[in-house]
Amino acid sequence: MHSGEDLTAPGATQGSYLEHGRGLRSWLFTLDHKRIGIMYLVLIAICLVLGGVFAMVLRFHLWNPSGGLVSNDVYNKMFTLHGAVMIFLFVIPGIPSALGNFIVPLQVGAKDVAFPRLNLLSFWLFVAGAALFIATLVVGGLDTGWTIYPPYSLESSRGLGILLALTGVFLAGFSSILTGVNFITTIHRMRAPGMGWFDLPLFLWALYATGIIQIFATPVLGITVALGFLERLFHLGIFMPEYGGDPVLFQHFFWFYSHPAVYIMILPAMGIVSEVVSVFSRKPIFGYRFIAMSSIAIALIGFLVWGHHMFVSGQSKWANVIFSFLTLLVAIPSAIKVFNWLATMYKGAIVLKTPMLYVLSFFGIFGVGGLTGLFLGALATDVPLHDTYFVVAHFHFVMVGGVLIAFLAGLHYWWPKMTGRMYDERVGRIAAVLIFLGFNVTFIPQFFAGVAGMPRRYATYAAEHQGLNRVSTVGAIVLTLGLVIALWGLLASLRRGARAPANPWGAASLEWTAASPPTHDNFDVAPRGRKPYDFTGLRLVSEEAGWARAEGEGA
Amino acid sequence: MSDQATSGLTPSEVLPAPARFLAHHFSSMEAQSETSKLGIWLFLGSEVLFFSGLFTAYGVYRANHYSLFRYAHHFLDWRMGALNTVVLVTSSLSAAWSVRCAQLGQRRGLNATLFLTLLLAGAFLVVKYFEYSHKLHNGIAWGAACHPSEHILDTLPPAVRAVPVPSDLGTFFSIYYLMTGLHGIHVLVGMGLYVWLLARAGRGDFGPGYYVPVDTVALYWHLVDMIWIFLFPLFYLI
Repeated sequence: MHSGEDLTAPGATQGSYLEHGRGLRSWLFTLDHKRIGIMYLVLIAICLVLGGVFAMVLRFHLWNPSGGLVSNDVYNKMFTLHGAVMIFLFVIPGIPSALGNFIVPLQVGAKDVAFPRLNLLSFWLFVAGAALFIATLVVGGLDTGWTIYPPYSLESSRGLGILLALTGVFLAGFSSILTGVNFITTIHRMRAPGMGWFDLPLFLWALYATGIIQIFATPVLGITVALGFLERLFHLGIFMPEYGGDPVLFQHFFWFYSHPAVYIMILPAMGIVSEVVSVFSRKPIFGYRFIAMSSIAIALIGFLVWGHHMFVSGQSKWANVIFSFLTLLVAIPSAIKVFNWLATMYKGAIVLKTPMLYVLSFFGIFGVGGLTGLFLGALATDVPLHDTYFVVAHFHFVMVGGVLIAFLAGLHYWWPKMTGRMYDERVGRIAAVLIFLGFNVTFIPQFFAGVAGMPRRYATYAAEHQGLNRVSTVGAIVLTLGLVIALWGLLASLRRGARAPANPWGAASLEWTAASPPTHDNFDVAPRGRKPYDFTGLRLVSEEAGWARAEGEGA
Repeated sequence: MSDQATSGLTPSEVLPAPARFLAHHFSSMEAQSETSKLGIWLFLGSEVLFFSGLFTAYGVYRANHYSLFRYAHHFLDWRMGALNTVVLVTSSLSAAWSVRCAQLGQRRGLNATLFLTLLLAGAFLVVKYFEYSHKLHNGIAWGAACHPSEHILDTLPPAVRAVPVPSDLGTFFSIYYLMTGLHGIHVLVGMGLYVWLLARAGRGDFGPGYYVPVDTVALYWHLVDMIWIFLFPLFYLI
């Protein structure tokens, strides 16, 4: 249909999506998935910075065993908002809403997501939810921890803060459900002609599995926070023992969502890793179907493991044993993915560009995060480690080491497509290395502090943990430095970066056949599906022109 | 591909209904309606899980307060519940009928069935209003605020009247108000949707080539109906 010539300059006939409509209104009320994705990206980056500032307050406070930077009360509010902002406003929506919105229609070869208006609604619900979180700061903050366990969180002395936070969670959750509906429907119905289920890039399989969790787990969180809201206002006696309620019921409800939610966080990250590891090893992904199906398996098993958060909540020991067993089952599909990624790299021609560096750090950090998860999933070791810094370290290994680092990999990987500019490779690499080092220096000591018995969420600690805490704080400074450099590198490229070709990495999935940045309609000619990891025929024309298919292998 | 079929057209009033409502990112009307149908089914799945939290709470509290639940359900008038069940099942019939009318292009039938559905939904809420206000006037509120009046206690069957009022009576009514209240909010949303459908049907938007909004709203309405079909026996009968 097309000669290779045309593909080196797609989009020549139409301006890019950035030029389609001008002014603030053309952004705020856009139905274009790409612009919505960019708006999400900006908002999520702001939330990341905010959550990061809270984290640094915590780390500086813990420099001395007696604290001293802020009052204990402020410390409690800081760790609550650090957790809540990072989880509800960065880690959960980060990859699906920002990168997913931009990339999903491009990868299936469609003009937009299935329901563009719902997509815009979802964005504004998210803005409203985020605004309510920020508003809790204004009305005096929240010190309940991000898990908002009653009875403490719903005490009648509490004012507006808890109500704002619960409403914020509800709105952000609604936004997440609509995103999930959009992605699953788009992947089902909007695929390019000739694109079968097993021609989907693995990022889409990951988002499909994520969508299942978003649609079927998030509503349970919605009803939980709605009940909490009404309980606080009207004393219904659902969660509060003083009115005849059951606080453990809250924990069941909360974790029925919030455990699957960690798979909302990690599955899209795994999808990015699958894309990047194949492209930068110049080798088709190994075990495509196993990686695809393990995403679905993780999503489904993830619904059955919530009780492992409640091993010490007075749950029956038989329930504990079953939840422990089911939890360890998740290790199987997760390990399947890791082994397939490593097998993809085996005898590949590995290119150590920034996205690949992030993916390599992901392997190391996520590997440790996964293995330390076994200690917490197994009953006998969980009980002594419960509520210690071991849990904090494990969680950050999975969430920062897994999600944040994969997010950065995906952001650098798709940055040329989203902005039309190449970031500075040298700056990107320096940041990636600093982030890897800073991360490990921050969180490895916390494993040791946890095993030594340092409890989480205290503003002060026993003097014997001081050394570990100081190392951790130094690591956090390095980590912050790395993140600032990464952000600076990306932003600087908007002004100074070289123009990005359509396909700078030699990737084979459909988004790389669209212009960089894509036109408003994404593709000049509706594309046909093709194998997303078949690199045969792709040749590097030049650094400026990027990669193109040889004659006869066009779209 | 089939995109070319629409590429030269700009949506405007002159076009026949189907093409006017084809969004730019779909290749055909059929693809668009199939997509909407899948979307609404996913959303309904989400709704089921939304209610599931409350059904679980019902189960937990019924198990923990079995005799309370047996006692408290006598305050609910099964005749009112049965009446509302008939009203809602009939409204589901008219909702399904409206889809058929749209498919066959019967405009008068469509208007009539949409209006009937709206009317029945309103009737349901009127009955619910009488139930709620009767209870609240007689001190039957939620949680610790539940203090039934002598008047309403005297309406109980003699065998039940003889039993002292349990102190945790409000627990039952908290769950009752929560579940029927959330269901009532869904009925209200459904009424809003039917007003919207009526307005569009009045403009002549729907016909054999384009009826997906009638179809998806009817699916939503059936779910609202089905949730009531579970609520009725759980509260009024057992």
